[in-house]
Amino acid sequence: MIYDNEINISMSAVSQNEAFARVAAAAFVAPLDPLLNELTDIKTAVSEAVTNSIIHGYENKGGTVYLTFRSYGSEIIITVSDTGIGIEDVALAMTPQYTSRPEMERTGMGFTVMKEFMDHVQVTSVPGRGTTVELRKTIETQTNRAEHFFSMIREH
Amino acid sequence: MERKKNLIVKIQGDIDQHNAEEIRAKVDKEFERSRCRHMIFDFSGVSFMDSSGIGLLIGRYKSVTARGGTVAIANMNSDLGRIYNISGLKKIISSFDSLDQAEKQVENQAHA
Repeated sequence: MIYDNEINISMSAVSQNEAFARVAAAAFVAPLDPLLNELTDIKTAVSEAVTNSIIHGYENKGGTVYLTFRSYGSEIIITVSDTGIGIEDVALAMTPQYTSRPEMERTGMGFTVMKEFMDHVQVTSVPGRGTTVELRKTIETQTNRAEHFFSMIREH
Repeated sequence: MERKKNLIVKIQGDIDQHNAEEIRAKVDKEFERSRCRHMIFDFSGVSFMDSSGIGLLIGRYKSVTARGGTVAIANMNSDLGRIYNISGLKKIISSFDSLDQAEKQVENQAHA
């Protein structure tokens, strides 16, 4: 598949980079002219995935987090990967409020937030090898928004 | 000297896992020192929060309510509305349009 745009970033698995990752995501999406709430959704989902890699994948011991931003038309495909410990039971990890780290005041809401804020979330993990989270979202295009606006006017 | 009842916590900037720990340490220390009963978070300076922020708030809610107090949020930016709703935080910590309203509500709840 040929994408319209693609950017790859690799960064140290340190918590200060959570902010960088979500700002980079917002900057990548900006040319598609997203709504403010779409930007917030994407930033939040990326923040959750990167945090998971840092504290669960690498258990806060450091490593490298790989980010890929791709766009195809109005669809954004983001992957967040690590080569950390992986997840034994992906379904369990994605269960709302399940956390392996309650002592850190983790809520177990990370995947729930990602699923709620993005159109698709796919998790691929191999224990001992690492985890990749793919996040997809279609940005409401300006044309769609204009049509929506006019249909609302017609309804009135 | 009359003891202050409400600890107002004004947070500036994003709340993610990186700064949640620093905020947690400061807030817990100040809450202990001030011996306030209630805690009100002024969110006027917060433009981003992920589930680490939810964890931070739920953690403070547990410790404050364990001592008979209440927790409230004031001036929350509308961008944070979705995470506040879907995380279930809405069910346990009320959000108000102003600090005044939050303080009044916290006092009323305490007397109820």
